Amino acid sequence: MADYTLETEEGRREALRRMLTIREFDSTAGDYFADGEIPGFVHLYIGEEAVGVGACAALEPDDYIASTHRGHGHCIAKGLDPQLMMAELFGKQDGYCNGKGGSMHIADVDAGMLGANGIVGAGPPLATGAALSIDYDDREQVAVGFLGDGAVAQGQVHEAINLAATWDLPAVFVVENNRYGEGTPVEEQHNVDDLSDTAGAYDIPGVTVDGMDVTAVAEAVEEARKRARSGDGPTIVEAETYRYRGHYEGDEQPYRDEDEIEKWKEQDPIDRFSDLLIDRGELTEEELEEMRSEIEAEIEEAIEYAQDAPLPDPSEAYEDMFAEMPPEIERFASQARADGGSLGGDRR
Amino acid sequence: MTAQAEIERAEETETMTVREAIRMALREELQRDEDVYLMGEDVGKFGGVLEVTGGLWEEFGDERVRDTPISEAGFIGAATGAAATGTRPVAELMFSDFMGVSMEQIMNQMAKMRYMFGGKTGMPVTVRTTEGGGMGAASQHSGTVHAWIAHFPGLKAVAPGTAAAAKGLTKAAVRSNDPVFVFENKMIYEQQGEVPTDEEFTVPLGEAAVEREGEDVTVVATQRLVGESLQTADSLSDDVSVEVIDVRSLYPLDTETIADSVRKTGRLVVADESPLSYGVHAEIVSRVQEEAFFSLDAPIQRIGTPDTHMPFSPPLEQEVLPDGDDVREAIELIT
Ligand SMILES: Cc1ncc(C[n+]2csc(CCOP(=O)(O)OP(=O)(O)O)c2C)c(N)n1
Repeated sequence: MADYTLETEEGRREALRRMLTIREFDSTAGDYFADGEIPGFVHLYIGEEAVGVGACAALEPDDYIASTHRGHGHCIAKGLDPQLMMAELFGKQDGYCNGKGGSMHIADVDAGMLGANGIVGAGPPLATGAALSIDYDDREQVAVGFLGDGAVAQGQVHEAINLAATWDLPAVFVVENNRYGEGTPVEEQHNVDDLSDTAGAYDIPGVTVDGMDVTAVAEAVEEARKRARSGDGPTIVEAETYRYRGHYEGDEQPYRDEDEIEKWKEQDPIDRFSDLLIDRGELTEEELEEMRSEIEAEIEEAIEYAQDAPLPDPSEAYEDMFAEMPPEIERFASQARADGGSLGGDRR
Repeated sequence: MTAQAEIERAEETETMTVREAIRMALREELQRDEDVYLMGEDVGKFGGVLEVTGGLWEEFGDERVRDTPISEAGFIGAATGAAATGTRPVAELMFSDFMGVSMEQIMNQMAKMRYMFGGKTGMPVTVRTTEGGGMGAASQHSGTVHAWIAHFPGLKAVAPGTAAAAKGLTKAAVRSNDPVFVFENKMIYEQQGEVPTDEEFTVPLGEAAVEREGEDVTVVATQRLVGESLQTADSLSDDVSVEVIDVRSLYPLDTETIADSVRKTGRLVVADESPLSYGVHAEIVSRVQEEAFFSLDAPIQRIGTPDTHMPFSPPLEQEVLPDGDDVREAIELIT
């Protein structure tokens, strides 16, 4: 059984909870980034929650996903722990990657999360590879590669989908069309109207769904999962969505105006879904508020956890390069251990 | 250890070509471990453009010997994703010159995933590829790019100079839980040598082999230049005693064996077909000066491709392609 499915009341609540968690996690991360507590780049998923959560609701816990640079939402949708994620954003030893990955590389392969990715379009080949392992071992899983509208133009994305299609691998490619690649509108990057039209080139199904509607995304990915599992190969699911924030935190967004953003907010995926559940009598306003405050507390705890967590020892910089550490690195590692890590890494 | 000792320790050996040795390694590893499979362009029915995988498709079938589309980024990326998720792909990149096409997946995914993820993935992938000039194949099919990979953190690189090394290193690469690139010089596929037939024979990553012992000068060579250096050493044996080392593993590199030899001989020639600037030669020279500077009795000499591409026309190709004569000249210059 999936962790959560939109087919049960309990599952729908869980989906809503995860969407709310993503929004709270990301807006909080945005605040702490603005305060200078989080280093590096941060790309927020706010506005796109229905895509990650809808897609993951259609998956089994041991299915794989390969993510993008905008990966926090995928992580939470897949069930990763916000505390460990936040600790990773803060560069702490207890983060998912022991502080070596940061926002753009959060991963937990055992949990089916093949990593956020700093390279646009690099996730789909990895998803195809995971689908290859699944197929090779006759396992009952699928692999989902997430990619942005901009990434659809990347050569390796084409190669990955072509390979998965040619070999009928159990893969699904979810295109998150949030209308922009950094500051360039989707129309200026592609000559097709629907990005799912590219599926025709591989003779696989391509569908475009309302990416502000978690149910629509889940249904499309579920269909794609079924097809993948029955040996018929991949599907391209394009979800039309929108990011409310800048490309990265601090982006001044000269390329779009406030009216456009406000218009999309009328379709807010969380409001739409919670309204639906309330209309159906599955949820009350009070319960929703309660859920929100629980999540706020949870994310606040994640922040405290991240702030209190220890920074990595400098000698950790030499760990995890290889399964078997070569002498070239061992000399630095042992030196750093001996010095308590005070030596820089640029000395032989 | 000396190569002779390695061969002598093996209970049984057979004479075979480098090509056959690699094929034997692949066959044995496919038999030994169900998780291992081969993939690449025309590796199956066609048997590999340079015939290394010939017969394996017939023996192991479509699942284990997979023909890919002509899609280096796609299948090297897929091999990377597959290695992270429980299987052990061995990918063939037809010519190393095509590596650039797949370089994103190699440098940013394969090499970095374990590290970036704080150890949360393994990466047991092997990439086999062919290198080298000498075939009149011109610039886009004759490159020697192993320094790129040896230089790039997170990747291991090996480059056998003998048939035994070819078998042992290929097997060690397939068994390694790290990404290992096997650089096969295509001009030595027909070169013969004694190869241990033991299925457990491997050459550990990071161990060079003394192929010939000598007293006066050390030649540290790779790939085709190992054989050429051995011939040169024989031809000079009346005048000078040359020790020849097959580097075998470029990263990790066996500094100790090389430095020990230089401590004994006091003279060093480094012979590797890659372009001379900023590469394998420089690395070996640096390590020797760090470890054995005071043992040096003469300037170190480097033999390689003089920072050109491999030209097409035979006289041009012969001009730039390093060989045993270049090694001889270098030895004569410093002894
Ligand atoms: C190969 C590569 N080129 C460029 C970049 C810089 N970059 C980071 S995100 C981005 C835009 C990606 O757009 P899209 O795929 O639509 O995803 P979105 O940001 O909209 O989620 C670019 C150009 C990169 N990280 N990798």
